Amino acid sequence: MKRHLLSAADLSRDDAEQVLVTAEELRSLADRPIKKLPALRGRTVVNLFFEDSTRTRISFEAAAKRLSADVINFAAKGSSLSKGESLKDTALTLEAMGADAVVIRHGASGAPHRLAHSGWVRSSVVNAGDGTHEHPTQALLDAFTMWRHLGESRPNGLESRRVAIVGDVLHSRVARSNALLLRTLGAEVTLVAPPTLLPVGVETWGVETSYDLDAVLPKADAVMMLRVQRERMNGGFFPTAREYSRRYGLDARRMGTLQDHTIVMHPGPMVRGMEITADVADSDRSVIVEQVTNGVAVRMAVLYLLLSGSESTLTEEDPE
Amino acid sequence: MRAQPAAAEPAVPGRVVLNDSDIHRALTRISHEILERNKGASDLVLLGIPRRGVPLAHRIGERIEGVEGHPVPVGALDITMYRDDLRLKPARTLMHTDIPADGVDDKVVVLVDDVLFSGRTIRAALDALNDVGRPRAVQLAVLVDRGHRELPIRADFVGKNLPTSLVERVSVRLEETDEVDAVSIDGTPEGGDR
Repeated sequence: MKRHLLSAADLSRDDAEQVLVTAEELRSLADRPIKKLPALRGRTVVNLFFEDSTRTRISFEAAAKRLSADVINFAAKGSSLSKGESLKDTALTLEAMGADAVVIRHGASGAPHRLAHSGWVRSSVVNAGDGTHEHPTQALLDAFTMWRHLGESRPNGLESRRVAIVGDVLHSRVARSNALLLRTLGAEVTLVAPPTLLPVGVETWGVETSYDLDAVLPKADAVMMLRVQRERMNGGFFPTAREYSRRYGLDARRMGTLQDHTIVMHPGPMVRGMEITADVADSDRSVIVEQVTNGVAVRMAVLYLLLSGSESTLTEEDPE
Repeated sequence: MRAQPAAAEPAVPGRVVLNDSDIHRALTRISHEILERNKGASDLVLLGIPRRGVPLAHRIGERIEGVEGHPVPVGALDITMYRDDLRLKPARTLMHTDIPADGVDDKVVVLVDDVLFSGRTIRAALDALNDVGRPRAVQLAVLVDRGHRELPIRADFVGKNLPTSLVERVSVRLEETDEVDAVSIDGTPEGGDR
């Protein structure tokens, strides 16, 4: 793996599959009496969150702590960031404190890239969501969840599995990272959204697009519903919430058209009744709670692979 | 285990010091020694250290079952995260850890590995075991003890003591992982076996 994880596109197929295999081993840790490994003892991981996030920050914090790293949480509210300190000065502070990894969430797309490549810090930088750009660890945990259900027993993993990503693709960093990563893993991705919620340039992502959810669902092996990000919307993207929900929401009737093995996913937070109905979210097909569990294992795998060892390269055959 | 006759056995580089029947006999003897020392197989748990300790643990488990008539729990204990050289080497791929369902608490755990060298792997295994549970006792079985210990660790059951020089390299090949059963020494200066 490279030194930073900024974009899902940074990962080769080997890198991504190594994260999945490592996460699978680390997942079993949750069943042990002592849920801790000494791999990152003495390392410092800083969670630098300029944007509100509960689940991602907690997930990274749990992951780092289970690997015995020291965790420093740095939230924008109540810090000098709210007093007008720049990203650069914050970065220099972190550098002075000796952070080995910085997990950054920022409202501006590209902020993690700036932090990683400006020479301000020597630590590894992990993108935990930047603007409407990318959220690579979410893509990895989604891929991991799909892989466990749809790919683990097959020789080619997720090769040629069909994944439908439905909803507000325009504002979704999750959709972009997922599309990039799933393509790397060989899956076939279809983005389903009203024309107003598909980003400009989506044709360069190498994925299919559709405006018709009912036509896509029967062929899908996994369906990922996205939240409509009202807070990022300042225009009329669709007439009414009710109409959106009727055309692009997943309800029990639509769920009935899915294949037997198809799983339903949601990166959270969900708006029940909008993009997904409560009975679908709580059904047997739904792996939404499992996605959260898998998030910790995947983030442990990412931190382990980025931080252990002086050079972060794929390991050669173990000389055991 | 060694079901098919050697039709086209892969070539083994270096000087072969244990062939398949030597390995077979050594494991049978170790199995009996384990039973003798522990006065039977009750409370025994065999944990192989990946990669090649795991098939060895399974072979010993089969032999013990053949003598005692009931199966003993066999598992795998990955020590990657507990190594003392994690920071010095590139990130290593994790191996599979598989703790038998009844756990290790109050059991006699026999760790099984292919080569005992510096002792650092076993130190890491003891740490890893500590996080899994609290065995009543821990014993160590190895196919080959090549000496050069760097820590106060010794094996309870040894297949063969193999005096080596530090520049030599001991390779254990097993059918399950390498399609052939053989222990060989070759003199390449890049010794790295543990």
